Amino acid sequence: MTTPSRIVVVGASAAGLTAAEALRHNGFTGTLTIVGAESRPPYDRPPLSKQILRGTWRPDRVTLRRPDALTALGADWLLGVAAVALDTDARELALADGTVLPYDGLVIAAGVTPRRLPTGHELGGVHLLRTLDDALTLRDGLLAATSVAIVGAGFLGSEVAAVARELGLDVTLIDPLPNPLIRQFGDHVAQLCAELHTQHGVQVRSGTAVTRLTSRDGRVTGLDLDDGGHVTADLVLVAIGSTPAVGWLTGSGLNLADGVRCDQTCLAAPGVVAAGDLASWPHPHLGRMRVEHRMNATDQGTAAARTLLGAATPFAPVPYFWTDQYDVKIQAYGRTGGDAELHIITDDTAAHRFAALYSTDGRVTGAVTWNLPRQARALRHHVAQRTPWRQALRHAATT
Amino acid sequence: MKVTVDQDACTGSGQCVLIAPEVFDQRDTDGIVVLLSDSPDPLRHEDVREAARICPALAITLTQS
Repeated sequence: MTTPSRIVVVGASAAGLTAAEALRHNGFTGTLTIVGAESRPPYDRPPLSKQILRGTWRPDRVTLRRPDALTALGADWLLGVAAVALDTDARELALADGTVLPYDGLVIAAGVTPRRLPTGHELGGVHLLRTLDDALTLRDGLLAATSVAIVGAGFLGSEVAAVARELGLDVTLIDPLPNPLIRQFGDHVAQLCAELHTQHGVQVRSGTAVTRLTSRDGRVTGLDLDDGGHVTADLVLVAIGSTPAVGWLTGSGLNLADGVRCDQTCLAAPGVVAAGDLASWPHPHLGRMRVEHRMNATDQGTAAARTLLGAATPFAPVPYFWTDQYDVKIQAYGRTGGDAELHIITDDTAAHRFAALYSTDGRVTGAVTWNLPRQARALRHHVAQRTPWRQALRHAATT
Repeated sequence: MKVTVDQDACTGSGQCVLIAPEVFDQRDTDGIVVLLSDSPDPLRHEDVREAARICPALAITLTQS
């Protein structure tokens, strides 16, 4: 593989920025261009649904790098302009303003786009949350609202429900699945999540889907549910997941089955790598995955950059993610979904302390803790080593 | 090298402790970072730079002392 001399990074958030930095760190001295659909310089997203929404951080605090650090990258920044087409044969990228960028190395880190309900988004008071502007608009909305309906009890919906309660609003959390975060953590932990929200005064409406939003004079007034119920709300957040931002890659020849499909080294095509929320790859130990979490953006951005420079190795991180809801910090490693077997280590419900391992085929493949950060770190070891779960439980009982 | 940590930004992920346990620790209760040494041994500098780089909360700042 010849070393590229002209690399374009599509995506100016955590994964794209990290990839760009890793390229320079690993000795790339050629032309580096960073394309970002948003006009803001790179910023961090996890605080948007927490500190920004709560109002405890000023918006400029989410900036990912100081201006001098961005300048030191020696990159051309094309911000506020989206990529619209890719020709992998000609190795050219087309942008919305008509610019065509030739490349010999391409990093795709364009992230995800929030899913929408089929109708209703034109109404006043209906929100999505992905960008900093979304978060600031949502905060203004929450400060003026009295009752909030949150459609979708994933990480985003659950975190916003917690903040909205802290702000003193009436909150209803709605999801067609039996409990919040059940896909992420399985039945048992999802039940704990439901209890946590209920204890804090959230109306949890599980197992029911929204059929339509109701409105008056162009503003949302609530929503109808398929169990016949109605929820009154003057603000609705739609948090029903995201889809990889790959529409512009149609016809590029890349495999777009669940994001940008890569090999073990994050390579999607010759000279093309992908990283972050939209990149799917076969994890050597955990199987094919696509990870929409902050830690993976950094890890995979780094790995993808190395691949592009000819130093490819299988990308085999121990995935880590966390969520903060009320006074509970949930931390998780590896795969924690409902298809794995759960083994509880600590279950102190009153103190909101919990720890468990997940196993698949007899070996530890995931771990979750509530308010036990040190234990989370200890359990990570078993995920990394794929310890037989009986052995891991014995170990946990003696430490 | 001078290390500072932002305990308000820290999310308690403990990634820094995994990489540089001689320099970083976590509080028992909430996992927030505790700095063990703000002027680490030069042998640790590469690990500390890596910890700052991967911190998911950008809570570690390095300056030349």
